[in-house]
Amino acid sequence: MSEKVTATDNQYVLFKLDNESYGVNILYVETIEKVMDITRVPYAHYYVEGVINLRGEVVPVINLRKRFNLPQVEINDESRIIIVSVEDMIVGLLVDSSSEVLQLDLESIDDVSNIKENMKNDYVKGIGKDGERIIILLDLKKILGNTAINDENQRI
Amino acid sequence: MDMNQYLEIFIEESKEHLQNMNQSLLDLENNHKDIELVHEIFRIAHTLKGMSGTMGYTKVANLTHEMENVLQLLRSNELELSENIVDLLFECLDMLEGYINEIANSGNEGEFESDYLIKKLNDIMNKDNKNQITSNDNLDNDIISNNQSINIEVEEFAKNIAIKAAEQGYNCYKMQIDLNSNCMLKSARAFIIFNTLEKDCEIIKSKPSVEDIEDEKFDDSFELIIISKLDKETIRKKIINISEVEKVLIDEIDTNDYTIQTKDMEVNIEENQELDSKKKVNEKSASKAKKPKLGKTVRVDIDRLDNLMNLVSELIITRSRLEEIGDSEKKHNMNDAIEYLGRITTSLHDAVMKVRMVPIERVFNRFPRMVRDLSKELGKEITLVMSGEETEVDRTVIDEIGDPLIHLIRNSIDHGIEDPETRKKNGKPEIGTVKLIAYPDGNSVVIEVEDDGQGINIEKVKSKAIQKGLVTEEQVENMDEKEAVNLLFRSGFSTADKISDISGRGVGLDVVKTKIESLGGIVEVKTSKYGSTFTIRLPLTLAIIQALLVNVGAEKYAIPLNSIKEIITIKQTKIRKIQDQEVVLYRNITLPILRMNKILDVSSKNMDAEDLIVVVVKKGDKTAGFIVDSLIGQQEIVIKSLGKFLSGIKAIAGATILGNGQVALIVDTNSLF
Repeated sequence: MSEKVTATDNQYVLFKLDNESYGVNILYVETIEKVMDITRVPYAHYYVEGVINLRGEVVPVINLRKRFNLPQVEINDESRIIIVSVEDMIVGLLVDSSSEVLQLDLESIDDVSNIKENMKNDYVKGIGKDGERIIILLDLKKILGNTAINDENQRI
Repeated sequence: MDMNQYLEIFIEESKEHLQNMNQSLLDLENNHKDIELVHEIFRIAHTLKGMSGTMGYTKVANLTHEMENVLQLLRSNELELSENIVDLLFECLDMLEGYINEIANSGNEGEFESDYLIKKLNDIMNKDNKNQITSNDNLDNDIISNNQSINIEVEEFAKNIAIKAAEQGYNCYKMQIDLNSNCMLKSARAFIIFNTLEKDCEIIKSKPSVEDIEDEKFDDSFELIIISKLDKETIRKKIINISEVEKVLIDEIDTNDYTIQTKDMEVNIEENQELDSKKKVNEKSASKAKKPKLGKTVRVDIDRLDNLMNLVSELIITRSRLEEIGDSEKKHNMNDAIEYLGRITTSLHDAVMKVRMVPIERVFNRFPRMVRDLSKELGKEITLVMSGEETEVDRTVIDEIGDPLIHLIRNSIDHGIEDPETRKKNGKPEIGTVKLIAYPDGNSVVIEVEDDGQGINIEKVKSKAIQKGLVTEEQVENMDEKEAVNLLFRSGFSTADKISDISGRGVGLDVVKTKIESLGGIVEVKTSKYGSTFTIRLPLTLAIIQALLVNVGAEKYAIPLNSIKEIITIKQTKIRKIQDQEVVLYRNITLPILRMNKILDVSSKNMDAEDLIVVVVKKGDKTAGFIVDSLIGQQEIVIKSLGKFLSGIKAIAGATILGNGQVALIVDTNSLF
């Protein structure tokens, strides 16, 4: 992604989780869907909500609140599933709400190395600043990868 | 002009032509007099030459051109057809197939050189007018007479590399290069030689060492061990063209010598066995490594496409009809329309399936040639009888079934069929027969590989199994014949006394079995001293299966029908507990009971009910009963993968989408017991 910088390169789809704003690079995002019927999958990671029928394709959905160990809330009208495609994997991210795409210049993105040590899982790629607002930019590859070491313990 | 748009057609057609050429050559071998076949082969070679020339594939064009010349002489009776010529033509065919496969995989002809084939073809033509000895022959003699003088030591590690190289289709040579005695800058010259060689060879060893050569610490000559795909003549020419090179001696290192030495080592035995199919396998593995450039294509009968088209148009008509009904509130027409829709979708499904179906002929086609080569190699005369080539199978199955069949046929020929004398002694016809039979049977396809050989020696199988530590002596004693034969399918099993190039009966049969089972099929063996039969039973398609839908708690699951034995109801009170494992006595068999809700971690109230619904599932000889809440019914389902993110999840084989759009998971019962 570093070779060519185009207009879409620094656009982020924003969503909310527990009153914090998060962002994922728009290049990964396929669509944003309203929450539909989710079928639970036994033996999957604790944060996998289940699978959905996305127009004929079976797509797994990750509950980001569970993934980030945030308190659970009921799914409501605002809830959305952001369908992302990373390295041949199509995965849905269940979030509280999503409505915005924001352009962030490189200058307005902060490195996180100085605060990283305090974080349990380093799935944060950077901190975006939009005026007074702070946006947590996510590293999707890490979220979808097998970095959640404590999975097994948390299941039990 | 951009030729890429024609590439797929080119490949498709070339393959078809080569297939025909193969067939004609096989026929020609049995009937040397049939001039019509020579005409046919000539025509094919000519067509290929034209096609490949247009596409810019010069290697194919050159080779076919030379083939044409020989065939022309045959046609005009100036040359008499001999065994040698047929063999050579087969070699050319193999080379052409290699090129075409390479083109299909990478878009170019690859690095295989056919110069030696062209030379052989030329030799045949020249032999006809014997008066001239070609300069090539001279060169050859030169090389042969000087062979002895290359004395570079082939050390152990170099040997290993040589063996490895041979397996991957490379040749290994030792060479001696003499420089002109008044050569001024010997090391610079050597550097150029190294550079030239490294373009298409790999230098394994040099004597003196590279450092010494760089420091000019050598006389006028140095020796090398190299591996390369090129033949030695090509390499020789490349080097001799460099100025101030006086003489180049090049000699093949015969890797077979080394493999014999290491035969005792398990690993090498396996490798050795692959050697017979060296070329084919190598080409395959080499091409596999590269990313395929083209998508897979299927040639579809135009009638089938027309049918598909018609059905889709009817579907569209029905859609508008339904829209109209929705608008006008003439709801009483609804049922009509829905019924119509149902009919169309069923036919549509059927039609699409048919488009995916290809005759198994595609796989069978390669076997006559294989049997021919094997019987030549082993000195056994064998007739291959094939039937049911027109049986149609889904293309997913076609792609997978080839390798297991090759294995079974090899086994039959190498170990099943005795050599001619033994056969005569046993009152069998000298010519052995291998039958390859395919036929549809309900919802599955059956493929049988049958030979009239000596069958499987049960006692030998048993003793080998003990020897290999797969079973104990006590276990073997209680085994009936069927169980003993099934030992063949254990991994690591081999009954072969001596390791042959072709196969050991049993080696790799476990692989065959695993492959077939992964396709949802089964393998069975029947054997007697009059021959053995391997029967493969495969589902028609892998994408759509019959399944039983069940409720577990509030969730719905699909269980593949082919693994279900029966459905029974049992009383809660009949369940006994043995070491935490629930069992029931059912028809005098202790049936282990598994509760679906526990396995799948679902809350369910029904599990305490008095009467329980049990789905009895089989896996090989084992059975187990799964308690479910209720049955929904049998249904055809389309298997969908859960995707990469959820791959390898325990107990779940995939998912399917139900009529209401919900996703239901398919239970992998095999993994549960």
